[in-house]
Amino acid sequence: MSLKRKDLLSLAPLSVDEITLILETADSFKEVTGREIKKVPALRGKTVVNLFFEPSTRTRTSFELAAKRLSADVINFSPSSSSVVKGETLLDTARNIEAMQADIIVLRHPSAGAAESLARGVKSSVINAGDGWHEHPTQGLLDLYTIRERGLSFEGLPVAIVGDVAHSRVARSNIHALVKLGAEVRLVGPPTMMPCGVEKLGARVYYNLDEALRGVQVIMMLRLQLERQGIALFPTIREYARLYGLTTERVELANPGAIVMHPGPINRGVEIAPEVADSLSSVILEQVANGVAGRMGILYLLSGGN
Amino acid sequence: MPSSDRQVERLVMDAGDITRAVTRIAHEILERNKGVKDLALVGIRTGGVHLAHRLVKRIQEIEAAAVPIGDLDITLYRDDLSLRKEQPTLRKTSVPFDISDKIVVLVDDVLFTGRTIRAAMDGLIDLGRPAEIQLAVLVDRGHRQLPIKATYIGKNIPTSREESIQVLLEEEGEDDRVVIFKT
Repeated sequence: MSLKRKDLLSLAPLSVDEITLILETADSFKEVTGREIKKVPALRGKTVVNLFFEPSTRTRTSFELAAKRLSADVINFSPSSSSVVKGETLLDTARNIEAMQADIIVLRHPSAGAAESLARGVKSSVINAGDGWHEHPTQGLLDLYTIRERGLSFEGLPVAIVGDVAHSRVARSNIHALVKLGAEVRLVGPPTMMPCGVEKLGARVYYNLDEALRGVQVIMMLRLQLERQGIALFPTIREYARLYGLTTERVELANPGAIVMHPGPINRGVEIAPEVADSLSSVILEQVANGVAGRMGILYLLSGGN
Repeated sequence: MPSSDRQVERLVMDAGDITRAVTRIAHEILERNKGVKDLALVGIRTGGVHLAHRLVKRIQEIEAAAVPIGDLDITLYRDDLSLRKEQPTLRKTSVPFDISDKIVVLVDDVLFTGRTIRAAMDGLIDLGRPAEIQLAVLVDRGHRQLPIKATYIGKNIPTSREESIQVLLEEEGEDDRVVIFKT
């Protein structure tokens, strides 16, 4: 089968077959990234534009590397260096980029729904690289790939997603996909960080970390967005670390062999203890490595001719 | 493709023909390369993979020596990728040994336009620098569009462009046979 979509905007509408196809395609590219010559000619002559309205090193670099390893031409476009500061709208910016024959636009934007509205306005394929608090589908996919690569199957898999669920687009993408694939999703965090009605997505809400971690196979930590501290979602960072920080003792509450994930960048000593981040159960750097293979797969699947 | 979609099936090789062709090619590979030294076989997905395994098994029976074997997926090297509306499904390349300085025998079921083999050679060279690349095919049906020639051929079967040829193998749950369809 093939992916019959122009864009990748969120994981919510994807079918299990589509997700499986993307994960299997990523697996083929994992082999490519392990070669001495890590480059294939699949996207020769195609142009990929990274359009990033928010600072990002990891995701942008990962997309850039993925596109380059597929032999595409890559342009990085960030608002500080563009006419956006002069008042141009998102759609006008994108149409200008499209007029330069861009085949795929990778968009990171602070507003939820930005990728979707862009996709409606341009003929190029659009990949959502994070839109506000909405979704970060490629991060979700590389997380799924990392879980699968560890030999875990999703049916009935107990997964705890820990932290600021309300403001996390990574959490949203993972919840949608994991529930769809049959995993048992537990959400843990302080009530101020738990969105209303999140149970409707098919996940269970916990406020006590120890209770939620019992018997899980995957612990997915979310980054505490320290830059949002002003909103006062919790009294102090120390208190947050004590109640919701992942320590070695807490990892032991999970199943033996449980894996610890984090989308990065990590706040050592806040949501995750340094010794946990560096432990054998941590797959944080595997997530980064798999990000390139996963994004190669997505770029490949969306790059069909016109 | 299921045979019910096609018209007029004509049997051109039966199970015995296929076995004898594989045995002969195995002998020819050993004769040409004077044994198994530096020899490696790489099957092209999907048609060539089972044949490569059969050849390796035969070579091992004849020579009592192991030969490294790999599977090559050529999808990313196709010359029509940018022309297609939907991207073809990738299957994993698995060549678990260093091909540098090896004599690599590429194996495929049918040699037709030669475009698959062009892609396979590009794919192979991205993995290393083989000393030599040779090509073994079960069927050569003609109609080349590139200057490519097989080193070992099971059977030459002249066809018209309107015909399509299919190699069916036990490993895929079929009775071993090669058939021609008129589409």
